[in-house]
Amino acid sequence: MNFINNDTDLEKQPTHIPGFDWIARGGFPKYRSTLISGTAGSSKTVFATQFLVEGVRKNKEKGLFVTFEESPEEIKKNMISFGWDIKQYEADGMWVFLDASPQPEIEVVEAGAYDMGGLLTRIEYAIKKVGASRVSLDSLGAFFSQFSDRTTVRREIFRITHALRKMNVTSIITAERIDEHGMIARFGVEEFVADNVVVLRNSLEDERRRRTIEILKFRGTDHYKGEFPFTIIPGEGIIIIPLSAIELKQKSSVVRITSGCPELDNMCAGGFYRDSIILVSGATGNGKTLMVTHFIAGGANNSEKCLIFAFEESREQLFRNAIGWGVDYEQMEKEGKLMVVCEYPETASLEDHLIKMKKTIESYKPNRIAVDSLSALERVSTIRSFREFVISITSFIKHQEIAGFFTSTTPTLLGGTSITETHISTITDTIILLRYVELYGETRRGITVLKMRGSTHDKEIREFQIDGNGMHIGKPFRNVVGILSGNPVQISPTEVYRTDELFKDR
Amino acid sequence: MTNYLLKLYITGKTPKSERVIANLQNICKQELQDQYEMVVIDILERPQLAEDEKILATPTLIKVLPLPIRRVIGDLSDTEKVLLGLDLQPCLRKNG
Repeated sequence: MNFINNDTDLEKQPTHIPGFDWIARGGFPKYRSTLISGTAGSSKTVFATQFLVEGVRKNKEKGLFVTFEESPEEIKKNMISFGWDIKQYEADGMWVFLDASPQPEIEVVEAGAYDMGGLLTRIEYAIKKVGASRVSLDSLGAFFSQFSDRTTVRREIFRITHALRKMNVTSIITAERIDEHGMIARFGVEEFVADNVVVLRNSLEDERRRRTIEILKFRGTDHYKGEFPFTIIPGEGIIIIPLSAIELKQKSSVVRITSGCPELDNMCAGGFYRDSIILVSGATGNGKTLMVTHFIAGGANNSEKCLIFAFEESREQLFRNAIGWGVDYEQMEKEGKLMVVCEYPETASLEDHLIKMKKTIESYKPNRIAVDSLSALERVSTIRSFREFVISITSFIKHQEIAGFFTSTTPTLLGGTSITETHISTITDTIILLRYVELYGETRRGITVLKMRGSTHDKEIREFQIDGNGMHIGKPFRNVVGILSGNPVQISPTEVYRTDELFKDR
Repeated sequence: MTNYLLKLYITGKTPKSERVIANLQNICKQELQDQYEMVVIDILERPQLAEDEKILATPTLIKVLPLPIRRVIGDLSDTEKVLLGLDLQPCLRKNG
């Protein structure tokens, strides 16, 4: 992947907007103008503001904000919730506003031909005065609505972008569009600032808003293609989630860790690998949360730091259940070996959950992580967002070189797979299936290790029982077929013997 | 008697600027006789003044006095529009 920055490429200006520089392969084309187009409510103004804010904060670059719509006072007030103290930047001489917002109290009459010489002169003057290297113009739609002669305005926008380029500033210009898919922007401005176009979308999918950003084109330089999800977080602003930023570069470890259940360790030839992703799939009430408890207890007993993200049960429920199996979460927490994060999936969008989880992992630095359950998160998102989420979180955990333990609920009691599994199965290293087995009018529980990357494992479906000490794995079901397909059928012992004989080398 | 204070903002001493100054002078002579003061500001020389008045388009004519403040943009070739923009009363025109 090192063909990205060859000599013929234009120089890029890092924006420092989280995630953006990755999808833009370095940032905006330097000294050029980029059109940021989006429908109403697609957070164009936030983007335009953040572009300058990150410049000030990360790189001591000075910024000029040309506003055609809201007054500088309104912008300052609106942006304070992101933790951007523009007033302070102004006082420090890092930021200057150019107020080109409409002045409703003064009536303007057009009498003959005009140009935007006044605006251009003010922009040049402001850039020189503050020494700005970043400029945001927000937004063209509001600019157009102030004048009746659109041809003139279009021509003048071209003149302004040309002047900005000559002054060696990197600029972004926001523009409105009517549909999420269709014409790039209203008033045909894209013909004039068309070298670089970024589209912000805020589309409604399955009754949920999904924000994405797409770099439509960067003339003469490279970028990643397609839409990337992003989210807006109070106190931070826009965070882009660069899904494909995931590289298959993780180191792999041969160190084994315990699953917390000695019999399961045996089935896995000595335990899970230290940096593996483990998926446990099973119907409701089948012992998934119990396995999480074992996994966490096993870690804590080895003085590892453990982290649980619980999306199904409250803290109290979890703690009570654990006690029921002889595991004292409270004590572990006191010893600093455990952190439990309980949240309803519905409290935030999946993108927000992802960012929160990443942050928690980064700050707590656990040795093992359990997520119970992934299926609960599936409820709050579209299939696409969910797939992106799963890939993102698992690859993030892998990069930390720690173990991730995920549970997934199957929709049917007997057999079956869930959407979660189809999305996650290829990136998991170990898959464990828990299944109900119906025998003689009685439900019994079965466990099998379906896959374990880089290791031999027990291929049998074993019965397990749950009591006050947790899970006990016993003997394999020898005379039942069709457990995995959810259709267990008893067969006679002679037939089992006959099948065994069938495959024997003679 | 009303005294008019008119400020004209232009960008550079170009033929275009000359033309708008001439247009304004003609209108003023016809409509306002000597009851006006006209200030021409070249914003290339004094950009801060353009900033103070939040000028976008040039040329911009601002009627500072009498109140209310009015703005006219363009080369002032459309006399009717200029008079409308300056709130010039027809009666004043008749008197002239």
